[in-house]
Amino acid sequence: MKAAKGTVFKYGDNVDTDVIIPARYLNTTDHSELAKHCMEDIDKDFTSKVKAGDIIVADKNFGCGSSREHAPIAIKASGVSCVIAKSFARIFYRNSINIGLPIIECEEAADNIKAGDVVSIDFDTGLITDETSGKTFTGQAFPPFMQKIIDSEGLINYINSKE
Amino acid sequence: MSRMTMTQKILAAHAGLSEVKAGQLIEADLDLVLGNDITSPVAIKEMEKFTKEGVFNKDKIALVPDHFVPNKDIKSAENCKCVREFAKRNSITNYFEVGKMGIEHALLPESGLTLPGDLIIGADSHTCTYGALGAFSTGIGSTDMAAGMATGKAWFKVPSAIKFNIVGKPSKWVSGKDVILHIIGMIGVDGALYKSMEFVGEGIRNLSMDDRFTIANMAIEAGGKNGIFPVDDIALTYINEHAKGKKYTVYEADPDAEYDEEYTIDLSKLTPTVAFPHLPENTHTFDDIDDIKIDQVVIGSCTNGRIDDLRIAAEVLTDHHIAEGMRCIVIPATQKIYMQAMEEGLLKTFIEAGAIVSTPTCGPCLGGYMGVLASGERCVSTTNRNFVGRMGAIDSEIYLASPAVAAASAVTGKISQPSELGL
Ligand code: SF4
Repeated sequence: MKAAKGTVFKYGDNVDTDVIIPARYLNTTDHSELAKHCMEDIDKDFTSKVKAGDIIVADKNFGCGSSREHAPIAIKASGVSCVIAKSFARIFYRNSINIGLPIIECEEAADNIKAGDVVSIDFDTGLITDETSGKTFTGQAFPPFMQKIIDSEGLINYINSKE
Repeated sequence: MSRMTMTQKILAAHAGLSEVKAGQLIEADLDLVLGNDITSPVAIKEMEKFTKEGVFNKDKIALVPDHFVPNKDIKSAENCKCVREFAKRNSITNYFEVGKMGIEHALLPESGLTLPGDLIIGADSHTCTYGALGAFSTGIGSTDMAAGMATGKAWFKVPSAIKFNIVGKPSKWVSGKDVILHIIGMIGVDGALYKSMEFVGEGIRNLSMDDRFTIANMAIEAGGKNGIFPVDDIALTYINEHAKGKKYTVYEADPDAEYDEEYTIDLSKLTPTVAFPHLPENTHTFDDIDDIKIDQVVIGSCTNGRIDDLRIAAEVLTDHHIAEGMRCIVIPATQKIYMQAMEEGLLKTFIEAGAIVSTPTCGPCLGGYMGVLASGERCVSTTNRNFVGRMGAIDSEIYLASPAVAAASAVTGKISQPSELGL
């Protein structure tokens, strides 16, 4: 995916993997089952409101807590096209890249974008445009190695392509 | 002259490099790849997408069903079946069935599978526990686990480090849990984001192996990539007992290694510490804790389900009974610890005090089963996370504390320290 556009869901600091996908649903690995409960403990309206392409914007340390890949999987399977945050917890960051969920670190975007704004993102340049307010921000670009994993749409494809 | 931290030295050695620098991306060889009953099924599904079949080394993979085991429902039974069949198909040496199993981060060190200088990844965030033995170990997700099992390699960004200089000797009821809660309260839940936490100094000789496991275990709760201790006599004694005859390499940080920050922690100044809902950084000491009534106490988990923890809890509970209406759940972390607790008479003490004792499982720690909380209920727990809904209903509350505080609280029915029982 080279670009994304959608409506923003906004959250604060330290959104943890237990609220992204509560452990009571971890007895399944089914992506659409997981999506049905995404963000349930922090925002019970999320699953009924989210549309394909929508964007999550949050403050610092998004995805802290457990290593469950079910968290980025649930977000991706809900249709979310990108997560923008001031910072990400490191396992969540890694997992997102590995499964091909685009994520961008950008403090300014997190400070300025409001819930309900329509935002577009160009992944090649890292340019984030808030189409509602007209403001633009530049997110941190990925190092080339990680960009290759993302371009291959995940770690497994990347490893396969090397062999 | 190299100026590497202990973590950087281990990473360099496993990447075949003489030196690495913070921020550098490397590919490194793995000594062990770990997964549990929640994360392995996702990884096993991913494995099918590889063009190359099989695992890189059947002896260097550990599969530990522990979260919902013995299975709590049909779906978790299916997950365990998936892991069991994968282990069989690939002749995985270190697969731990019910009866042999325990909570992964207590089980692997005890089984001699985590050694100084090893590079270990695990699809579980508390994989950082093995840093207590001088290994580099870190949590990753299921896709990394799949790639690790297939190729024996993983990519890493070399972390910078924070140095915690530990000095002094802790007082009677202060343990590893208080040390790490104090640190997280001080630096915050993202205070060590992407970084290593290196614990050094003369004070570490006053910390038992079980204290160190607790401290390294919760490095992730400060956002850390890993937590690590130097390998001293106490660690060597543990290793000789549990991993007799196995080869390992002890790494030391260079004397002039660079650290982003340095802190001194004086153990003699610490007092029992409790993390209030809903973040491990919301720490309080008893000078500012009012009467907080509780409904349940959990003593167990990969953080505090080891023999030292059970001994401390039993010492507090001896000649006491838990409060009216209280539920106190004790979960030894492994079969071996369970047996040891039985032989030492600790289980008898727990049961006489009105607690229940469970077979090893993660169970209530992640709101799985064996002690899930109803709405509005409060629990003092020796686990590591007090996030919203972690142990049950979204308006239940978890207070993280040491086994000493948990046991004392079970007796009084409110958050208490052992001194309130005259101990
Ligand atoms: S005891 Fe809790 S924190 Fe530890 S591995 Fe199990 S679920 Fe995770």
